[in-house]
Amino acid sequence: MSRLAIYLMASAELPSLAEVAVDAGADLVEIGFPHSDPLADGPVIRRAAERALARGMDVDGCLDVLAEARRRVEAPLVPMTYAAVLEAHGPDRFVADVRDAGASSVIVADLPSDAMPDLARIHLVAPTTPTPRIRLAAERTDGWLYLVSVTGTTGPRDEAPPLLADLVRRAREVTAVPLLAGFGIATPAHAAAAARLADGVVVGSRAIEAVEEGGHEGLRALVAALRAALDAAAPARRAGDASAASPI
Amino acid sequence: MIPVEIGRGFGGRFVPETLIPALDELAEAWGEARADPGFHAELDRLARAYAGRPTPLFPAQRLAPGRRLYLKREDLLHTGAHKLNNALGQGLLARRLGKGRVVAETGAGQHGVAAAAVCALLGLECVVYMGEEDVRRQHPNVERMRLLGAEVRPVTYGTRTLREAVSEAIRDWIASPGDTHYLIGSCVGPEPYPDVVATLQEVIGREAREQVLAAEGRLPDAVVACVGGGSNAIGLFRPFVDDPEVRLVGVEAEGAASLSRGRPSVLHGARSYALADEEGRILDAHSVSAGLDYPGVGPEHARLRESGRVEYLTASDDEALDAFRLLSRTEGIIPALEPAHAIARALELDADLLVVGLSGRGDKDLGTVIG
Repeated sequence: MSRLAIYLMASAELPSLAEVAVDAGADLVEIGFPHSDPLADGPVIRRAAERALARGMDVDGCLDVLAEARRRVEAPLVPMTYAAVLEAHGPDRFVADVRDAGASSVIVADLPSDAMPDLARIHLVAPTTPTPRIRLAAERTDGWLYLVSVTGTTGPRDEAPPLLADLVRRAREVTAVPLLAGFGIATPAHAAAAARLADGVVVGSRAIEAVEEGGHEGLRALVAALRAALDAAAPARRAGDASAASPI
Repeated sequence: MIPVEIGRGFGGRFVPETLIPALDELAEAWGEARADPGFHAELDRLARAYAGRPTPLFPAQRLAPGRRLYLKREDLLHTGAHKLNNALGQGLLARRLGKGRVVAETGAGQHGVAAAAVCALLGLECVVYMGEEDVRRQHPNVERMRLLGAEVRPVTYGTRTLREAVSEAIRDWIASPGDTHYLIGSCVGPEPYPDVVATLQEVIGREAREQVLAAEGRLPDAVVACVGGGSNAIGLFRPFVDDPEVRLVGVEAEGAASLSRGRPSVLHGARSYALADEEGRILDAHSVSAGLDYPGVGPEHARLRESGRVEYLTASDDEALDAFRLLSRTEGIIPALEPAHAIARALELDADLLVVGLSGRGDKDLGTVIG
């Protein structure tokens, strides 16, 4: 079965939104810990981060909503943030604090795979990443590998990612860890196309927009549509394989 | 060398994984170019015939009566500032890399104009990101860039200044690393950029050192330069770093003093000093001079601050404006507001023989000063 990860920005509503997302079929929730200068993000997530910061969402606030979400849902919760946030909080303390609050792992969007091998995190690889670096990222990653499906920042695109097939093929040659594709995956059709290649998808900017436009019910409708598309595209695929029992 | 990590060292590469191969490619091309006499010969030819090097070292006798204060006249360089030294070198690098498109950021517009001129010269497509606030206060440079064939893309969020312009240029490059070279304008950004830019700007200090030795028969007591991202300062300082008798002084804008008032953080791909709060969020900088209006600084300056080799002072908007007017009246030289900060502090230093980096000319600032 294809895994569905939904990215939401930390906010007072995060715990109830996470509950809705999981109820509608999300298998994992990424939680944006907002940063003032998010280089990997396109306009939708950048603006969401600016709003969160303007409302005073600091790291302690993020940890609080993470802990509350942990009480409400069983699914893995994974903070996604930037090196500057870890710098200020102390990198080891950051990892310890998010684990204490219930996180399964972390994603640091601007920390490449060769840096800080002892900092356990979910590693990212991109269409530009040479295969030896994909192998390194897969060896070091904490449970699954995040495939950046496009050459670019986060944000919805008009078409399913054309570079993903080659990236998945190269990753499969060097690793058996689950592969989740994100960046630029917005519609159920994109998700279905990506799910025919990878083990699952991450939907971020479109989920933020769904909350902006329709609140909890908007998110529920999007997640349910994504879930249905994934199930139709890859019904109970590879049941019983190693990745089905993976950490996510 | 111990790798730079979160919490340790200055520099590094804090960028999305997508950019790592492009940075590796740039580092390799830079290593080859540095070792290639043909690259140096072409850069030297363009520096002389196109840019106007060497620039003079001028004794400003009416500005600083009773002392020997020399101005290193990068304001006389083609396009009006030291930025061209770097743009020419990186333009040649872009051509070596086979990239037909260049993106750049600009604050005061001086780097954008230099990049646009070099792209016109070398036949490269040029896109310049510029904060909307800077588009407003440095409008003549926007017109220059357009005349030179560049596309100027205003950045309309956040502080609408250099900080967001750098972010948008990097995001553009993340989406187009195969055919695009990012021509960064200061000694900031992920490795190898800080060293590429500093090395291309070293010509300022090499010339100044020879010129002051020829004129005075000794090294100066002090060398002073303004510091925003820090490229003109690092270029002027580097050839003097191993001369312990020469005091090196960097002058930051009071409202953008990353080294004097900031803390170690990660900004635009490097760990260095930055104006940041206790949560790591980057704070707004404020300066009357668009070129210094930046909350970060190059990592080499962070190392020079920690080692104590360079002192970093600040100058206020008003002090810079006073120095701007003073140099105009006493010497008939209208400086850019950026080096006016260096002049303001240099005039107070307890030093008899000084070299001050006059990094650019002030035509672009008339609107700001006269209002």
